[in-house]
Amino acid sequence: MEKRIRVLIAKPGLDGHDRGAKVIARALRDAGFEVIYTGLRQTPELITVTALQEDVNVIGLSILSGSHNTIFPKVLRLMKEKDMSNVLLIAGGVIPDSDIPALKAAGVAEIFTPGTPTASIVDFIKANVK
Amino acid sequence: MDIVQELLKGSSLALARAITAIENEYDEAFSMMEKLYPHTGRAHVIGMTGPPGAGKSTLTDKLAKQFRLQGKTVGIVAVDPTSPFSGGAILGDRIRMNELTLDPGVFIRSMGTRGSLGGLALKTSDVVKIMDAAGKDIIFIETVGVGQSEVDIMKTADTTVVVLVPGLGDDIQAIKAGILEIGDIFAINKADRDGVERLNSELNMMFDLNQNEVDWRPPVQQTIASDGTGIDELMTKIEEHIGYLNQSNELVIRRKQRTRNEFLALLEEQISRRVLEKITVSGELDSLVTSLEQRKQDPYTIVFGLLNQYLR
Repeated sequence: MEKRIRVLIAKPGLDGHDRGAKVIARALRDAGFEVIYTGLRQTPELITVTALQEDVNVIGLSILSGSHNTIFPKVLRLMKEKDMSNVLLIAGGVIPDSDIPALKAAGVAEIFTPGTPTASIVDFIKANVK
Repeated sequence: MDIVQELLKGSSLALARAITAIENEYDEAFSMMEKLYPHTGRAHVIGMTGPPGAGKSTLTDKLAKQFRLQGKTVGIVAVDPTSPFSGGAILGDRIRMNELTLDPGVFIRSMGTRGSLGGLALKTSDVVKIMDAAGKDIIFIETVGVGQSEVDIMKTADTTVVVLVPGLGDDIQAIKAGILEIGDIFAINKADRDGVERLNSELNMMFDLNQNEVDWRPPVQQTIASDGTGIDELMTKIEEHIGYLNQSNELVIRRKQRTRNEFLALLEEQISRRVLEKITVSGELDSLVTSLEQRKQDPYTIVFGLLNQYLR
């Protein structure tokens, strides 16, 4: 039986711009993934509990509000507490280049800034899912 | 991690992994199901079905919260269609159930239909069994009633709630016949819209015509899930149905039928899979199809020949 890659796409915090997240969700579906889309106003706790229940391979967070340096450490900490180290954490949205190295060092696997072709995201996931 | 041990002790992580194991049919999945099976049969399973956009997820969210107030634990399986072209799916039912996610007494799992040839009802039933073994008192199965396999999924439920919305044009005709027949309770959601009375009459006329030897006449409850109208009443009707099933022995009868059907479905699926494996791996399938195209043999001769060969 073919294993399906399951991806959680969520928008943490108060950022209401979800068009990008929906575009990604559709692209991932078209690539054959199962996308659990939980929409807006997700807290780090909501995100990690959902990811655990759904046993996802990837968590994809879309942040355009500038709160990435607050949100990601919280999510990473909760993932560690819940024993989810095998889950890939990726990001999209408006994240300044200067912030990217620190985020990656903290455990975010990759950050896809505006203009990234959706195919790159698909390929990255396929190549890096454990 | 010993998934079975941890699951029986209440670990959500183990429950999640167990569901994944059976969905993907990992090698260890089958011995896992063997160990979990004796722990099943306790939960009351409620099916929520109806056309897309009727409000099933919102209603499930509200009903689950009511059961939680009674101190019951809840499992929810939300099934969404998988694209037959890409094999992918967007599973978005959880959006309506955000608050429940943080309730430790609730476990929600989204499933795609994965294009499984008739195996969807089996998979869903397995996921229900796993949640049952994990100790959930009430398990909701939520799915759109469009295809035969979605109708079959509802047979896994003890109580089936069909959620309709008024004003869908030719209301009753628009709804798949199978769904109407298996409904134990009907909810007319978004009951603040036009067409409620008409839908209500149509449903009741249908039940009037259908009074065979059935003791339970499906009640029709109007709801507005988004603001909670009618939820208490719907809960009452669900509880009445649960009471009816227990008092009348109907529950025992239904579950026996279900056990029998599920077993036969599994047997059928595994047998056909074994034979299919044999002829695909060897490349025999292609030459058989060619032979059929060229009218050298007919399908019945080929099939019976294969059965003789592989099923002696």
